[in-house]
Amino acid sequence: MIDLTVIWACIIGFAIIAYVVMDGFDLGIGILFPFFKVGQNRDTAMNSIAPVWDGNETWLVMGVGGLFAAFPLAYAIILPALYAPMIAMLLGLVFRGVAFEFRWRDPAHRAFWDKAFTTGSVIATFAQGIALGALLQGITVDERAYAGGWWEWLSPFSLLTGVGLLIGYALLGACWLNWKTEDGLQRQAVTYAGRLGIGLLIMIGVISLATLRLETQYYQRWLSFPGVVATAQVPLATLIVTFLFYRSLRLKRDAQPFFCALALFGLCLIGLGISIWPDVVPARVTIWEAAAPVRSQLFMLVGASIMLPVILVYTAWSYWVFRGKVGIEGYH
Amino acid sequence: MDAIILARAQFAFTVSFHFLFPAFSIGLASYLAVLEALWLKTGKGVYANLFRYWLKIFAVVFAMGVVSGIVMSYQFGTNWSVFSDKAGPVIGPLMAYEVLTAFFLEAGFLGVMLFGINKVGRKLHFVATLAVALGTFISAFWILSVNSWMQTPVGYEVGANGQFLPGPSWLTIIFNPSFPYRLFHTVLAAYLTTAFIVGAVGAWHLLKDRSNPGARKMFSMAMWMAAILAPIQIFAGDMHGLNTLEYQPVKVMAMEGHFQSHPNGAPLILFGIPNSTEQRVDYAVEIPKASSLILKHELDAPLKGLDTVPQADRPPVGIVFWAFRVMVGIGFAMFGIGLLSMIARWRKALYDWPLLHRFAVLMGPSGLIAVLAGWIVTEVGRQPFTIYGLLRTTQSASPLDAPAVASSLLAFVVVYFTVFGMGIWYLLHLMKKPPEAHETPPGDAPIRSAGITPAPAIIEGASA
Ligand code: HDD
Ligand code: HEM
Ligand code: HEM
Repeated sequence: MIDLTVIWACIIGFAIIAYVVMDGFDLGIGILFPFFKVGQNRDTAMNSIAPVWDGNETWLVMGVGGLFAAFPLAYAIILPALYAPMIAMLLGLVFRGVAFEFRWRDPAHRAFWDKAFTTGSVIATFAQGIALGALLQGITVDERAYAGGWWEWLSPFSLLTGVGLLIGYALLGACWLNWKTEDGLQRQAVTYAGRLGIGLLIMIGVISLATLRLETQYYQRWLSFPGVVATAQVPLATLIVTFLFYRSLRLKRDAQPFFCALALFGLCLIGLGISIWPDVVPARVTIWEAAAPVRSQLFMLVGASIMLPVILVYTAWSYWVFRGKVGIEGYH
Repeated sequence: MDAIILARAQFAFTVSFHFLFPAFSIGLASYLAVLEALWLKTGKGVYANLFRYWLKIFAVVFAMGVVSGIVMSYQFGTNWSVFSDKAGPVIGPLMAYEVLTAFFLEAGFLGVMLFGINKVGRKLHFVATLAVALGTFISAFWILSVNSWMQTPVGYEVGANGQFLPGPSWLTIIFNPSFPYRLFHTVLAAYLTTAFIVGAVGAWHLLKDRSNPGARKMFSMAMWMAAILAPIQIFAGDMHGLNTLEYQPVKVMAMEGHFQSHPNGAPLILFGIPNSTEQRVDYAVEIPKASSLILKHELDAPLKGLDTVPQADRPPVGIVFWAFRVMVGIGFAMFGIGLLSMIARWRKALYDWPLLHRFAVLMGPSGLIAVLAGWIVTEVGRQPFTIYGLLRTTQSASPLDAPAVASSLLAFVVVYFTVFGMGIWYLLHLMKKPPEAHETPPGDAPIRSAGITPAPAIIEGASA
């Protein structure tokens, strides 16, 4: 029999990957924003994401909505556990979301909204990274509820994952600009991409080692024989992708560095999956314990299997409409 | 203060702010689709200009709707985690459908709608506008189904672990008894909200310049909407009330201020001050037996009062009572302005009656106020339950420390008032500008085209 719970875990995993792949680069542009020259450069950077950011962010709603629907218990445990970072993320998203429109509406306060755009992006990213770290390090669960305090998420490890994600999203943002822009801005983006790439690799290394020490489950997954033969492929693939990434930067390719950076992210997420599978609250609650009943899962699966392909098609179409370099005239 | 009061305050604050924007954007998206359709059909410049004029406003409203909505989808988990665990199997899938069928549709086509007209051509652009408008409606459909199920829960089973589980039929759950009424009433409310904002903007510019073709057009369109929809809304509200009487009679007792039972004909209390400690309405102005007439269509029909309900199951009366009167009062004022506009049309004075225009300006925010008042009736009237009759609000909350909820509430209040306050100020600023003959599309308006209006465009616009 096909296990619906596993299918739903995959769908939510897909939504999270889609979110990181898509919203990662537009948050990254927010993080890098203060380093771009005021005026045309900033306008171009903004224009390169203005038509797509809303669709990108919808994957976040899909991830959390899907969790609520398919794994209500996990939703009910995780959100109170991550209360402070979640609220911070939401407020950050408020600031950066409105900045897209407000900075055009109010030239007198454009500098303010540019700052709001950056601050919001940084806070949202940092909070997401912290949330990931807090989940990995384990949260206190009692029966069907979160049982820790409201500062439990805070630890050196979660701060580390927060910084790691900042660097990672900034890298994606730089690669996106390398793809979508020209001249000075593109050259600036390439420089940043090169440096951020190194930063991200260091963070991946440090976080991976630190993760191994958190729970025995992670340690056994990765290092005990014969699993290690399979898991060793992940670091190996990371090295290969890194090589391709720097080669494509050197050859001045437009799109390739972006896809290499995405592949790096993909590998991290696979690594994450290896560590926590089949838990939805890592090392605490499995997907089967948290699963909604079959009737709920089946009903949603009908909708998801029809709608997700349709969504992917029109999302691809809207990216296609705005393909190519963002010219000086932008979209207007 | 305890964490539950704070969590309720936080939910009420964030959802009320959120709903201001959908209430406007559901109607505005449809209005934009109508304008674009008229433009494609007639080729008249005035429609294209109005489209661009309101598109800029739409972009700002929509952005605020999105960011405040994302907050809402987390609020269930952060503040009402026990409720989420228990009700998730039933309402979670409906909200997942909202994401799959509505949010992606809106967001996916919004980019093309705002920035894409030169890239995809007029026809495809119109498709994008339609998709966004349709998305807002589908979104209302699902979220109202969720809310209605919480008001009138049916079609569920209770699991061994205390969770509400879906019964055999999802249709029973989706089309629960109060849903059709709530959907109709709320979507009409959104259209009225938009009509009154558009009408107020038109009227404002007519007061300054009666010949502005854009202002004339939008005022006329809005007044048609008011004249047609306001009476329908009153009728729909009445039907909704009867439905509520059947399924949530206690809410109606609070709305009517009926502390005592009336075995032979209940009075309609028009105004008064509900006094919950004394269990009566002070200074009541009432029409004898009228309440029985409205609710039971019979003068002497008996109506039960709050005295038949255990103290612990009663909602707060004052706020429900007053919010209901605000909504109904606005409903009749809307009806009144619709009537006046018909008289003005008949006298061919629609654009030359400053008093009507002043009235319309005054009524600009009335839809927003009525919508909030209506939701307050609905939500506070449901207290003390989150799932009516089944799950109490006190049993729904997250295991959070009060200081955590208090600080996040404070953060929401500060951020919402600054960010959305400035956003609303920008909206007013955009609306203060008269619709020009050659409106620019939203993205670049302030930078390149400020102050440059090519002469031929003015002529074209004026003749349109
Ligand atoms: C009657 C309609 C209605 C009602 C009662 C609500 N909303 Fe809403 N919501 C909309 C109608 C809407 C909308 C018109 O579809 C919005 C406004 C702007 C937008 O993007 O879509 C929206 C946006 C919106 C978004 C952002 C979507 C995006 O990313 O594009 C979320 C996550 C929610 N809402 C969630 C909620 C929740 C959890 C609610 C319950 C408390 C709620 N909404 C009440
Ligand atoms: C969008 C318009 C809405 C407004 C203005 C609104 C308003 C309110 C208000 C004022 C309260 C506080 C009631 C009290 O504590 O006395 C409340 C509570 C609540 N509402 Fe709504 N509401 C809206 C929509 C919804 C929807 C669509 C849902 C469900 C999906 C919902 C679910 C809840 C829940 C779970 C609570 C908290 C528990 C409670 O106090 O009942 N609301 N809302
Ligand atoms: C005079 C006419 C009106 C009557 C008799 C009326 C009646 C009602 C009733 C009885 C409810 C509560 C239903 C429940 O909670 O079970 C309600 C809710 C509501 N009303 Fe009205 N209403 C009127 C006018 C308006 C107007 C003019 C607007 C806005 C433009 C409006 C917007 C709403 C909204 C948004 C709700 C909450 C959602 C819902 O439960 O449908 N109403 N109305």
